[in-house]
Amino acid sequence: MGAAVATPWTARARRFEENVATREPAWVKGMLITIALAFFGLFLLLPLMTVFAEAFRKGWQVYFAALVEPDALSAIALTLLVAAIAVPLNLVFGVAAAWAIAKFDFRGKQLLTTLIDLPFSVSPVIAGLMFVLLFGMQGWFGPWLMAHDVKIIFAVPGLVLATIFVTFPFVARELIPLMEAQGREEEEAAIVLGASGWQTFWRVTLPNVKWGLLYGVILCNARAMGEFGAVSVVSGHIRGRTNTLPLQVEILYNEYNFAAAFAVASLLALLALLTLVIKSLVEWRGRQPLNAGEESQGVPA
Amino acid sequence: MSAGQSRRVLPGFPLALGYTLVYLALIVLIPLGAVFLKSATLSWEQFWTVISAPRVLASYRVSFGVSLLAAAINAVFGLIFAWVLVRYSFPGKRIVDALVDLPFALPTAVAGIALTAIYAGNGWLGQWLEPLGLKVAFTPLGILVALTFIGLPFVVRTVQPVLEDLDTELEEAAASLGADRWQTFQRVLLPVLLPALLTGFALAFARAVGEYGSVIFIAGNVPMVSEITPLLIITKLEQYDYVGATAIAVVMLVVSFVLLFLINGLQLWANRSRART
Repeated sequence: MGAAVATPWTARARRFEENVATREPAWVKGMLITIALAFFGLFLLLPLMTVFAEAFRKGWQVYFAALVEPDALSAIALTLLVAAIAVPLNLVFGVAAAWAIAKFDFRGKQLLTTLIDLPFSVSPVIAGLMFVLLFGMQGWFGPWLMAHDVKIIFAVPGLVLATIFVTFPFVARELIPLMEAQGREEEEAAIVLGASGWQTFWRVTLPNVKWGLLYGVILCNARAMGEFGAVSVVSGHIRGRTNTLPLQVEILYNEYNFAAAFAVASLLALLALLTLVIKSLVEWRGRQPLNAGEESQGVPA
Repeated sequence: MSAGQSRRVLPGFPLALGYTLVYLALIVLIPLGAVFLKSATLSWEQFWTVISAPRVLASYRVSFGVSLLAAAINAVFGLIFAWVLVRYSFPGKRIVDALVDLPFALPTAVAGIALTAIYAGNGWLGQWLEPLGLKVAFTPLGILVALTFIGLPFVVRTVQPVLEDLDTELEEAAASLGADRWQTFQRVLLPVLLPALLTGFALAFARAVGEYGSVIFIAGNVPMVSEITPLLIITKLEQYDYVGATAIAVVMLVVSFVLLFLINGLQLWANRSRART
C-alpha cells in the first residue's frame, strides 16, 4: 500500500523520460528546468522569503511586540469573526447549489453555473463599491438605515458582505464538477432502498465529496481572511474597530512601520502556507484511488 | 424535460435550487444591479465624459496594457512550468508544484508589500537593478511584476492537467514519421494545448485587470503614468464622487462580462478538444 501510494506521483514523469519518442535532449531538459526554477525562485520563493526576512529583521522581540499590540489583536479577532460568518454561509450555499446543479436537470443550468462564477471576474474594488451604493450614507438604503441606527458600511456587516461576495464561488465551484462526475446512481439506490433525503446526503453524498469539500472550504477561508480590495472600500479603516489583518498591514506599511507591517503580514503568509499544505494533502488523498488504478493497469513494461 | 421529471427520484430539488437562487440574487445579482442602476442616473453624455476623461483613459491604458503583457509572460513561462512539472523529475518537485498556487493563497496586500520590498531602491533586487537604470518599484514595470505574480497559477493549472492526460501515442507517431522534438511540439502538441493555454491566458488577464491589493503598493500610483483603473474608482469614492466611480465601474464590469463569456467559450472548446484526443 505504502509503495503503491508513494511511487506513481514521482514515477509519472518517468513514463515520458524513459520513452525515446517523448523525451528531449539533456540540454533542452536542463535548460527548461533552469528557466522554470529561476522563474519560481524570482516570483514565488523570493517574495515569500522576503515576508519572513523583513518580519524578523529587527529581532524576535519587535516581531512579537507587533503581534500582541492591541490594534493587531483586534485585527486578528475581526478577521476570524468575518471568516467565521462568511465561510459557513458560502459552504451551505455551495452544497445547495451543487446538489441542485449536479443531481438534477433543468433549463438554464449552464447560465446558473456561469452566474455563480461571476464574482471571480468582478474586481474586488467594485465588489466593495456595490455595497457602498446599496448601504452607504448616500446609498439606496442609507437613509432608512440611518433612521433605524443600523450601520453596515464602515462597520462589521459591510466587511462580512464584501467578504461573502468575493468568496462566493469557491465551495460551489469545487463541488459541482466533483458531484457531476460521481453521477446519481448511488444516491438513487439509497433513496429506493428507503433512506431519507438527509440520510442519503450525510451517508452517501458527503463521504464521496468530503475531500473536495474540504479543499473548497480552505480556499474560501484563505481568501476570506486575506481579502484586501473589497474590504478596504467598505471598512473605513477605523483602527481597532474595522481593520482586518490585511488592512492593518496596509496601515502599518503606510506609516513606514515596516517591521510591524511584515510581522502582521507573516501571519497571513503562514495561513497561506498552511492552506497550500492542506491542499496538497487533499489532492494527494484525492489521487490515491486514481493512482492505485494506474498501478493495477500496469506501468508500461 | 417531462421525461427527466418523471425519472426524478432524488429529493430536495426545490429547496436546493430555491436557496441557491435567493442567495445568488441577494449577494451577487442585486448588488451588481445597483451599480448599473446608479450609472443610469447619468445621461449618456455625462457618462461618456466621465469614462473618457484623459486621466481615466490613461488608467485603462495602464490596466489593460500591463495586464495583457503580464498574461503573455505567464502564458510563455506557465507553459514551460507546466511542461517541466509533468514531464521531468527533479529534486524538490513536489514542493515546487505545491507552491505554484501561492499567489492564490497569499493575500494580495502581503504580496504587494513583499514585492515592493524586493524591488525598491534599497531592496534585494532593486539595489542591483537601479544602478543599471532599471527602476521597477513605483513605475509601470512594478505593476507588471505584481500582475505577473498574481496570474502565474492560472496558466500552469489549466495546461498541467491537459499535458498529464496526453497520450504518448501522438508523439510516438510523430517520432516514427521522422519529426524531431521541436517539430512534434510545434505541429502536434501545441495545437492540442492551445485551447487550455488560451483559457489560462484569458483567466490571468481577467484577474490582472481587476487586481488592486498587490499593485497599489508597488505602482507608485502617479496619475496618467502608473495609476490603475481600480485605484481610480477608489480615489473617486474617497472624493464622494459616487457617480463617477460607478461609471468607471460599469466600464470595467462590461469588460469583465465579455471576458467571462470568452473564457466560457474557450473552456468549452478546451473540453471538447480534450475529449477528442
